[in-house]
Amino acid sequence: MANSKSSVVLPFLVGVVASLVLGWWAFPKVLYSQKTQPIRFDHVVHVEGQAMTCDQCHVFRENGSFAGLPTTAACADCHSDVQGEDPDEQKFVTEYVQKGKEVEWLVYQYQPDNVYFSHIAHKNLECTSCHLDVAKMSTPPVYYQNRISGYSKNTMKMWECERCHAQSGASNACFVCHK
Amino acid sequence: MQQMEFKVKWGMVIDLDKCTGCGACSVACRAENNIPPMVDASNKLRTTDWMNIYELNNGKAFPHFEVAYLPRPCMQCGKPSCSTVCPVVATTKDEEGGIVSQVYPRCIGCRYCMAACPYHARYFNWFDPVWPEGMEKTLTPYVSARPRGVVEKCTFCHHRYNAAKEQARQNGTDPLDLPEDAYIPACVEACPSGAMVFGNLNNPEHRVSKLAATKYAFRLLVRLGTDPQVYYYSKRDWVRQLGDNYLQKELKGGEHV
Repeated sequence: MANSKSSVVLPFLVGVVASLVLGWWAFPKVLYSQKTQPIRFDHVVHVEGQAMTCDQCHVFRENGSFAGLPTTAACADCHSDVQGEDPDEQKFVTEYVQKGKEVEWLVYQYQPDNVYFSHIAHKNLECTSCHLDVAKMSTPPVYYQNRISGYSKNTMKMWECERCHAQSGASNACFVCHK
Repeated sequence: MQQMEFKVKWGMVIDLDKCTGCGACSVACRAENNIPPMVDASNKLRTTDWMNIYELNNGKAFPHFEVAYLPRPCMQCGKPSCSTVCPVVATTKDEEGGIVSQVYPRCIGCRYCMAACPYHARYFNWFDPVWPEGMEKTLTPYVSARPRGVVEKCTFCHHRYNAAKEQARQNGTDPLDLPEDAYIPACVEACPSGAMVFGNLNNPEHRVSKLAATKYAFRLLVRLGTDPQVYYYSKRDWVRQLGDNYLQKELKGGEHV
């Protein structure tokens, strides 16, 4: 009798452990592909080395819309020529500035087409309450792309937007965030 | 039915005595809201026209024959028939401004809302949108394109409302107290005869609220209790009488009879 009991319990435990490993470790590994930025942009050099603030490069336009990432032309204000020893800066100057090409940066928070987000309406919040704290990073974080949906792992989910709106008393009407 | 009260209520007044039926509003709407051109638009049960134009006439023989044109956007009803029947909450009236929303990825294409809307303001996408080569550059980036299988309708160019609020925030003014003409839909902007006026119906200084209060203003099928935010204006009695199913003895027609 005791023998038949252990022959049930042991395979069950092995099955549980195998499922957990598969679900918590293997599946997320398979689900997300890892990508790196085309240029290893060093935020620390700019923020600490040059004492620049976020809004010097990530600007609002005059109509209140947010420009997001700076253009190659904006970077070329300083980096028209190679300034340091960094091979990635050299690559940026020769391949993008001199050729007049825009860098295809990977945006960690890229939202679907039907989402409307106003940066100026959220101006009083810290950037890092939604974005990764890249200002403290010399190497941009790995970009995890969902193989099924194509979206970034860091893209804010609708329930996260809704939770903050509910807690701060902001409207959760559909058209506040959807277009 | 419960009705939400809004501080801001965007509304439109269309002067049918000034409207020439030129169709500029309809064209401006299509261009602004990414409505794809159709290869064959002869089947009117399959076409899309957020701003449709109806021809009215007084039914009399020449020389007493008269004609009027009636542009019909979404009425943005105070008590919408569409949102109450939607089984998936893809259309609601809950945002400040009183514009009835339509969220395309949520819509399942059941078309209950189309059956419910007494104004035929809603359209079903029978086909995937196709833009002729080169024309995709004319797409408005602030308006999503709709796939086959969902319902769409006029949104009073809601993206322009968002843009106006961003501009107000940039200027440091109250986004809920926009000055007149800071936000107008594409149709109103395009109207060459000045027949269309747009603004906040709750702001007594805006021209819409003044025009909507005159005795020549009326709304379509108002006795259904939909409380539309779109008003029409005409000094001709027969035009106002066509606004609802009035009886012969109700000679004047319109809401302010």
